[in-house]
Amino acid sequence: MTSTSPAPTLERLGEGATVELRGVVKSYAGSRALDRLSLTLAPGEFVALLGPSGCGKTTALRSLAGLESIDAGSILIDGEDVVATPVNKRDIGMVFQQYSLFPHLTVLQNVEFGLQMRRVDSASRRRRAVEALEMVGLDHLAGRFAHQLSGGQQQRVALARALVTRPRVLLLDEPLSALDAKVRVSLREEIRRIQTELGITTLFVTHDQEEALAVADRVAVMRAGEIEQIGSPEELYLTPASAFVADFVGVSNRMRGELQAGTITVRGARLASIDPTLPDGPVLAYVRPEDIAFVPPPTPRRRTSTGRSRRPASSARSGGPRSGSTTTPSCRCSTASSSSSCSATPSRCD
Amino acid sequence: MSAVPLTGVAVEPTGEPANPAPRNRRAPRVGAEPSRITRLVILIVVGLVFVVPLAAMFEFTLRSAGTTALGFGHYASIFHPDAAAGVDYSPLFQGLRNSLVICLITVALMLLILLPTMLFVELRYPRFRRVLEFVCILPITIPSIVLVVGFVPVYQRVAAIFGSQPWTLAFAVGIIVLPYAYRPIATNISAFDLVTLSEAARSLGGSWPVVVWRVILPNMRRGVVSAVFLTVAVVLGEYTIASFLSQNTFQTALLLISQTDSYVATIFALAALVFAGILLVIIGRFGAIRPGGRERRVRRARPARPTRPVRSRSAS
Repeated sequence: MTSTSPAPTLERLGEGATVELRGVVKSYAGSRALDRLSLTLAPGEFVALLGPSGCGKTTALRSLAGLESIDAGSILIDGEDVVATPVNKRDIGMVFQQYSLFPHLTVLQNVEFGLQMRRVDSASRRRRAVEALEMVGLDHLAGRFAHQLSGGQQQRVALARALVTRPRVLLLDEPLSALDAKVRVSLREEIRRIQTELGITTLFVTHDQEEALAVADRVAVMRAGEIEQIGSPEELYLTPASAFVADFVGVSNRMRGELQAGTITVRGARLASIDPTLPDGPVLAYVRPEDIAFVPPPTPRRRTSTGRSRRPASSARSGGPRSGSTTTPSCRCSTASSSSSCSATPSRCD
Repeated sequence: MSAVPLTGVAVEPTGEPANPAPRNRRAPRVGAEPSRITRLVILIVVGLVFVVPLAAMFEFTLRSAGTTALGFGHYASIFHPDAAAGVDYSPLFQGLRNSLVICLITVALMLLILLPTMLFVELRYPRFRRVLEFVCILPITIPSIVLVVGFVPVYQRVAAIFGSQPWTLAFAVGIIVLPYAYRPIATNISAFDLVTLSEAARSLGGSWPVVVWRVILPNMRRGVVSAVFLTVAVVLGEYTIASFLSQNTFQTALLLISQTDSYVATIFALAALVFAGILLVIIGRFGAIRPGGRERRVRRARPARPTRPVRSRSAS
């Protein structure tokens, strides 16, 4: 728990809750939205569920919230199985993709709603609601109605409303996707700051990989109801477990190559494979653009450029240009995840 | 002469609650909004269409047979009927009373059965929405006279259970009213994100009754009020069923009176029309009240608070 400031905001939540999804199965009319999904969130951790639409990430979040019933498996919050607990007793805070402020109530009344449900007396209700609004920087708009706020303001009020009850878990269901790009970035930073300050366990669903990588402690990439890989943003980026992850997180150049003894030969360049278990043979290598360096050709023509290097220089470029021309990348690929790296999805070249 | 067609049909578009799009557009769009003069002309023409018949009816009630002088004699005679002449208006008042009782029961049926059903379908079984819509709209496609033929055997049973009471008409009228009550509520439901709002309220710790009472109904006010008023208007205008099931309601009594005393019948018809008109105005007022409208009241109470121009105000 690293609170950076004494924060005149909400009182600290303590250690946050442990959240655990164990083998959760959810089917819709025959198709499996969640296929034995297991996921554990450490106290105070910020985990993003990332995946293409229809991969079950929202279903996972809604199952945790209690808005969807699950067919099998268990969901534990602080070790307590909450599968049979209705939404309103799960003690969660949730921010929705759609604007969800109650239109007939003022901002302050909206924020007070959850406290009212918990029968907090009116004086401390008001105080806490104002504090929560201060936390998102909107206490001056307490008397407004939702339709008098911008989208970003509405979502910030929704965040304050979700947090004012000091829930055990905060669930964010693509809260930024209805906002414009600039607001989206500033609000995600704000969400992260508040989350860190409060130390609240948070699950964040998004289809925007940049968003997930920017704010989350760990990112879980989902595909077809299962978690394909979970890890820190760096892990996902540098050592993707499958072609799907390599494709979905960041951008890659896909190149045909030949794997032999841990080294992939792509157009004459020799790249190290990140997966030593692969059998030799033709593979598809995923090469990050910043790992490609252009070097002067042996001929007098000089044209150099280096790829943007966002990563530390440790991924040192080695390997001389074997067939140096300006168009042939001579590189060493640390993320040359040939797609058959995981047990699944061999995408060997044919 | 009957008050039915006017209230029943002319009311509906006004009763549609949400029409948010034009309201939020202050910026002039070419061809979107008629000019002030055009609007005035339209208002006057439409106003005349409404006012001239009403005025003519009123003028008629002031006449008396055999003289050209106008007077309020017929109005007075309603409350002081000339018993010697065998005039008795009590069936009319009895009919009015019966109609009002039927009104109350029908409104209650609608609020306690139709509204919860619609919310339930919307929240739990959205795939049945179309079915519900079909069922609710169906009565409008069936002429009352056809319905009545079907009702007669049904009402033999109903009479066996409840006795042949006027209030039992509420069951039949409740069916006639369905389309009129359904439409405004459905429009209201689609005008706000019912599902997300109730999920948000649930996630904040609200039980279902609380969610319905504190979150859903306040946002349904306009649709519910429209539905109630339309129900009242339809019930007061309903003639066929009452007549064929041999019950004395406002409309049947009115028809009876008009055969002996057309002046008094006209007075009551006029009253019914004016009443329906007032209902319409009230619906319109409710339609105009939006959260911003509430806020106006708040502002008046606390004038010190800094104000910023509200985004959408063109409604007022």
